[in-house]
Amino acid sequence: MKRQIPMLILSAVGTLLVVSVFIPSARHWQEDASLYFDIIAVFAFFLGGGNLIRVHAEKVSRKSAGWIYSVVTLLGFGIMLVTGLFKIGNPNGIAGDISQAGSYFQLLFQYVMSPLNSTMYALLAFYVASASYRAFRAKNTEATILLVAAFVILLGRTALGVLLTNWIPAQFSVLQVPNLAIWIMNAPNLAGQRAIMIGISLGVISMSLRLLLGIERSYLGGDN
Amino acid sequence: MGLIISAVVIGGGLLWMLYLSIKGQDVDRRIVYVFVGATVALAIIFRLEFGEVATPIVKSVFDKIENLPAGSKIVLSYDFDPAMAPEVNPMANAFIRHILEKKHRLYFMSLWATGQSLLSVSLNDVLKPEFPDAKYGVDYCNLGYKAGNEGVLNVVITNFRKMFPSDANGNSLDSLPMFKDVESLKDMDLLISVGGGKPGVKEWILFAGDPGKVAMAGGSAAVSAPLLYPYWPRQLIGLLGGTKGAAEYEAELIKTYPRFKDKSMPALRMMGPQTMAHVVIIAFIVIGNVAYFRSRKKGGQL
Amino acid sequence: MLALLRIAKSIVFISSLLFVISILPTHSVYSRDTSPSSSDLGPITVRAFDTDNDAGGSITVEWDDPGYERLSGFAGFLVWRTNTLTGTSDSVEVTPFGTRTYDDRSVSDDSTYSYSVAALVNGERLMSTPSMQVRSSKQWFDGRLTWVLILGLIICGAVIYFIESAKRGTKLFLRRIAGLEAIDEAVGRATEMGRPILFVAGIQDMDDVQTIAGLTILGSIARTVAEYDTKINMPVRASLVMTAARETIKHAYVTAGRPDAYNDDMVHYVTDEQFGFVAAVDGIMVRERPAACFFLGAFFAESLIMAETGNSIGAIQVAGTAMPAQLPFFVAACDYTLIGEELFAASAYLSGEPRQLGSLKGADVGKAIAMIVILVGVIATTIASAWNSESMLWIENLLRQMFSTG
Repeated sequence: MKRQIPMLILSAVGTLLVVSVFIPSARHWQEDASLYFDIIAVFAFFLGGGNLIRVHAEKVSRKSAGWIYSVVTLLGFGIMLVTGLFKIGNPNGIAGDISQAGSYFQLLFQYVMSPLNSTMYALLAFYVASASYRAFRAKNTEATILLVAAFVILLGRTALGVLLTNWIPAQFSVLQVPNLAIWIMNAPNLAGQRAIMIGISLGVISMSLRLLLGIERSYLGGDN
Repeated sequence: MGLIISAVVIGGGLLWMLYLSIKGQDVDRRIVYVFVGATVALAIIFRLEFGEVATPIVKSVFDKIENLPAGSKIVLSYDFDPAMAPEVNPMANAFIRHILEKKHRLYFMSLWATGQSLLSVSLNDVLKPEFPDAKYGVDYCNLGYKAGNEGVLNVVITNFRKMFPSDANGNSLDSLPMFKDVESLKDMDLLISVGGGKPGVKEWILFAGDPGKVAMAGGSAAVSAPLLYPYWPRQLIGLLGGTKGAAEYEAELIKTYPRFKDKSMPALRMMGPQTMAHVVIIAFIVIGNVAYFRSRKKGGQL
Repeated sequence: MLALLRIAKSIVFISSLLFVISILPTHSVYSRDTSPSSSDLGPITVRAFDTDNDAGGSITVEWDDPGYERLSGFAGFLVWRTNTLTGTSDSVEVTPFGTRTYDDRSVSDDSTYSYSVAALVNGERLMSTPSMQVRSSKQWFDGRLTWVLILGLIICGAVIYFIESAKRGTKLFLRRIAGLEAIDEAVGRATEMGRPILFVAGIQDMDDVQTIAGLTILGSIARTVAEYDTKINMPVRASLVMTAARETIKHAYVTAGRPDAYNDDMVHYVTDEQFGFVAAVDGIMVRERPAACFFLGAFFAESLIMAETGNSIGAIQVAGTAMPAQLPFFVAACDYTLIGEELFAASAYLSGEPRQLGSLKGADVGKAIAMIVILVGVIATTIASAWNSESMLWIENLLRQMFSTG
């Protein structure tokens, strides 16, 4: 019973939403479903927030390894929550826009959270380098083609590509590295992307049908 | 001078790495990290910059904004977070400058919770100081963030007021003169989403631009730009991909409106470090292949 | 060779034609000629009709301009609506220069209306004769989606047919997916080394089908984990995913006969913030050094950061996503990668249940249709443009119509 009801809800709502695509007067069902999902997801935040507090509070109380980081997590969570919720320091008071310049929330966002986030994102520069170093090796014909394409794209995305090949006359401009890079992105890359997207779409259709028909149950824990 | 010093330091190091790989030594990943870090740092310290020319995919966005009649309605959505901001925020700022310079009406919004705060930074750092005559509610307005991802677009494509009864400051949309003749996204002349994740440009195309038959342009982080090429040029009139796309747009903006030459154009500045980092990556790919062939010759595995 | 030359010539010819068309002036760039006066011009013809394929409440008005836009004092067209039941009239819109159509979305399906259009010239209203009476109505089916429905029914029908056929015992061939074969090996290795396994079901919520696909694979992995008595650590970015994943793992432990070994903290919420989540996952990897990492679901820019960190700690890594932009990163940094549709096929593959396998075969029919249509489309378009073949042009247009929703 515990699993029959969710499956029934899924089948009914899923079927209705598929049907609503074809009926103009029923299209708002999709909007309504999106709104209901958001409302449920907002309530689920309490579950997540509660779990975060419980897991880290336990670590602190047991003084388990790295408990001091849990203190930082709890403090960060509490400070952002309180400054955002009560709009502390907001020039327009509690009714003002949460991101109003000068509010503590905005200050924390701009000068703490933004740099921390950007730092994590910037790790990509290093990881792209090490992954490329490892992956782009001319092991066979396909890998060699991939290697050459990577070279052209890397060069084409920089001014160096222009500097190296701008001597090529205009009638052969397609051979200039930036144009070659655009061609690789627009022709072979695009063809490959489209093929993968078609495959994915068909995979989604097949999986969705399994879900709607109740054949796929492993997401509910089971017995497939 | 900076270029020469950088080239000598980095080039020398890379040649040493090449020599080691020819001798059969493998390069540790941490050495790769040191080189990337040093290269980017040197390029920033010596302010290396390279000229940029707009490619057709960027130029088409620029031309669209340039050729719309004054007073056209343009939505600019901040669909990104602080992590992506250094890469895509320059695009958003360049759009603000161009749109207000052409006297279009600018409607800000965000599908990302973090977008609202970043939008606030743009308003305070770019819009207000550079366009002091722009009036809130007449020339621009800020609808702020609304939760619901693409569900928000599903609603505003037919009715703005249903999803945004008021703007980010609590003003009713009906009290804003620029909303007088706006019922839904379909009344807009151009939609621009700047982002790189989900919801982002793709969701704007699928849920707003395409069903509403409204011209759509985008700015995206370089990593997700290839995903958007299938939509260009029919469903997407143009796309700014990563720092390079932003730099091209900034270059075009300065070329057309030289008054922006003195303003902060971060993407153009960032292209120096990016170019140098690309060169280092290319060099390491070469070194990796040399080491690979060397090890294969020896009969070993790498 | 001759054919290629003809194709090249055709391309040059079509390009030139398009160029000439693109530089021809359109109605919106008419120079305003002051010579004719409004009295020289004929009447404006107005047509009003119910807007197609909508939910009612909308009437489309179209009109022809005999030349008013070229007059120097022209300020726009005023659309004038009369409710023929109540007799009330009101202006509904002043359209900008160059516009000859208006979609009136403020009508009721219970009334009938008639429309006039007035040219506003030098403050005067030069009114057209009224249109025929019209009433808006809703359509029960969006005619633009007929082909989508037909193709959808064919593909869904094929999926259901193969499911039924598999139920009757027909043997279905499924190619080997190395990434899925490696799951047992990865979990076994973690058990031997006494280290945990890490599972990340992407960074999207439960409304993304990729997250559900990730959880379906989690079900199989969790059963192996429960049988081998290995530790599993699953950080999540969305609260709903946390509750769903807990149910999945709990049930797997119950099925394996070890409900006592299950613990809610195996799945724990970290943060909704994308890179905050990445920092936490990287931290877990570096501190706990899991022997196997599974990244199965929807990923964005964080894919490479997580996969490279996993690679640096020497973990066996199995990834799978339907985000094409992230696939190259996973391929470069992981041991096995499920590419796109393989992610959705995984649970069927792992379960080996005929009904599920049948659904995969059904999707292959969709692929066959896609391949045939692409091939026919390319041939028809090439021949139509090279030799101006009417029949090929007809095929090309038919295919465009089939795959267009506009």
